[in-house]
Amino acid sequence: MGPSLIAMFLFMALPIVSIFVQSLHIEHPQVVIVSETCQPFGGCVETTSVDAAAGAKLRAEAPLGQFNGFGTYGDRNHLAFAEIGIILTESAGLGDAVSRIYNLPLYRALAFTVAYTAVVTPLAMILGFLIALAVNTLPQLFKGTVIFFSLVPMLITPLVGALILYWMLNAEGILGAAIQGLFNDPNLSTRTSAPLTWVTLMTYGVWTNAPFSFIVFYAGLQAVPRETLEAAMIDGASRIERIRFVVLPSIKPLVLFVLLVQLMDNFRVFEPIISFNAASNASSLSFLVYSSLNTQTTQLFGSAAATSMITIGFITVLIVPVLLRVARDLSGGKT
Amino acid sequence: MRFHSVVLSVAALAVGGPVFAECGIASGSVRILSNDFEALQILNTAATTCASDTVTVTTNGTTEHKTIQVPALTANPAEYTVAMVANNSIVPLLAGGLIRPLDDLVAKYGQQLQPNQLIKIDGKVMAIAFMANGQHMVMRGDLMKEAGITTLPTSWTGVMEAAATMKEKGILDYPLAASDAAGWDLAAEFVNMYLGTGGEFFDAGSAKLAIDNDQGRLALQTMRDLTQYMPPDYVTFDTDSMAQLYRDGKVGAMNNWGSLAGTLIDPAKAMPVVAENTVFAAAPTVGDGTIPAAALWWDGFTIAANITDADAEASFQAMMHAVAPETAAAHPNSAVWLIKGYQPGPAAVGVVANATSGARPYPMVPWMGLLHETLGTELADFIKGTEDADKALADINAAYTVAAQQAGYIQ
Repeated sequence: MGPSLIAMFLFMALPIVSIFVQSLHIEHPQVVIVSETCQPFGGCVETTSVDAAAGAKLRAEAPLGQFNGFGTYGDRNHLAFAEIGIILTESAGLGDAVSRIYNLPLYRALAFTVAYTAVVTPLAMILGFLIALAVNTLPQLFKGTVIFFSLVPMLITPLVGALILYWMLNAEGILGAAIQGLFNDPNLSTRTSAPLTWVTLMTYGVWTNAPFSFIVFYAGLQAVPRETLEAAMIDGASRIERIRFVVLPSIKPLVLFVLLVQLMDNFRVFEPIISFNAASNASSLSFLVYSSLNTQTTQLFGSAAATSMITIGFITVLIVPVLLRVARDLSGGKT
Repeated sequence: MRFHSVVLSVAALAVGGPVFAECGIASGSVRILSNDFEALQILNTAATTCASDTVTVTTNGTTEHKTIQVPALTANPAEYTVAMVANNSIVPLLAGGLIRPLDDLVAKYGQQLQPNQLIKIDGKVMAIAFMANGQHMVMRGDLMKEAGITTLPTSWTGVMEAAATMKEKGILDYPLAASDAAGWDLAAEFVNMYLGTGGEFFDAGSAKLAIDNDQGRLALQTMRDLTQYMPPDYVTFDTDSMAQLYRDGKVGAMNNWGSLAGTLIDPAKAMPVVAENTVFAAAPTVGDGTIPAAALWWDGFTIAANITDADAEASFQAMMHAVAPETAAAHPNSAVWLIKGYQPGPAAVGVVANATSGARPYPMVPWMGLLHETLGTELADFIKGTEDADKALADINAAYTVAAQQAGYIQ
């Protein structure tokens, strides 16, 4: 108990506290001076530049930055309280309000993240369960090979797998050309249309997340009590009834476990957006953190920290019902 | 992204011979970070010939250099001694105090340098420029002739008329291309177009944005009008993939970098019909203007501040060796060199035309980088056609203002 508490404190609590403290600060105001700049074209002109020495002094005095309280949480790039207020009072109807809110970076990211989680989690779990059922009925000779191929999506490096799919969806690639032929529209491009990009990303998500569900459910299927199954078969239950009344109840704890893990994983979706170059069509909360830090100008640590805290908040809200269910089951002795 | 790291001290020993005598460096460590295109690859290779048993030279040429450079040079000792920069990437290094003045090194080793190669900020030499660059017009002369166009267009309106003719006559289904991929390239398209309108990006002396005007709308409208002549997945084009499309003969006219102009007329890299019939010209003018709609860029190198003086001196000497007149003479088509003795070749026509027709330099103010990044994300919806110009400008303004406040440029 002691060592795991210490580990949790060091590796979970402390980093979260540190990020929270960082989210309360923003960059120091830059000291700007007028100076002369000479370059190959246009000779020497008066421009403004940053006083690096003054900036270094400020940073040495207060390395975290300028205290901003919860201001970063409410600004336009995060929860945008002021902008939402204006939109709700000024907008012309629900559709207009929704489209204007969707224009705000965090809400656009949230929309895709929630949609992705809501679609990919159940579909991946169902697909994994079906694959597990199918593999369970195979003769021993083929099981090993089929299990290997079912796990391949999880084995391939996410970036590489996504890039392969991305190039297949190119207008001149196999899938891209097939889709164009299917809809008889030579101008159709999955990369330019936002709905099609979402579908592509979710399909990729289901494909990569199914193996995890498969492997957990397959292990669970081995532990289904054989006597109950045989009794059900003798009683004349059909295949579907056997699955519904014997198999599913016995693997319910596993379902909750997989649901918990998948919810948390899918909410942090990030790699597909990079690999599919989908940043203009789909954004996620993790991608927002990445854009704050992967800049060619100033890295915005405060902004990234605030987005991270908001992500933690949302994930907590998302998994609390599942956690309560697990806790109730455990305390009710149902497992 | 290519990570190209070469330690040649052992190799130099193997090759044999007093290599150090060429560069005259006593000892030191030279670590170069640069972007990844042909001209910089040439300079990196030239610098590595300075390696010897007392001098180590490593190079890293990557398109991610702009995101790497600030953290890498902030470390003490800095991870790289030389950072190759341009108008935009020098600004974060200046703001962080990450590069050192070069006046005394120039006095000691820089006799070969011309006055316009010295980039001076506030009276101190902070960078040495070695090439000029910019995006200029690249056209297929044969396709223009086939479409019956005798005088090549010099304005974007003219280019669109030519494209319409090419499309009508069935010469090319999608005659034009532009680097409209969300991110740096899309923002650069807008910056080029806006510079052509003659407008200023910011209020004088402040970080307050000033593009929400007629010139901004004209720039945006022109960008959108051009997309009707482009292939349907134009939102995935960056400058490299666009150049490849052009080399494959699929594009009639485009604006692209002078630094890759050489690859477009090289029969070993492009289709023969493309290589023979490519015409370079200044970037087209926008609207009724006379200024080419393109930014003028310089590329140069800087020396890190957080390194030993011995490494700084060794690095400067190695770079002087790399940007010697011999390099420009040996590779005349790889860049528009600012080096002494350079004679512009056929690949330099576009950039030289830009400079002589009055193209404006890319702004070197500290907040231009923030605007560039904001444009890269906010223009994505506009260029796809799902947002109109007024909304796009309002979004850019709002997003930029927040970013500038967070970075400390606006209080």
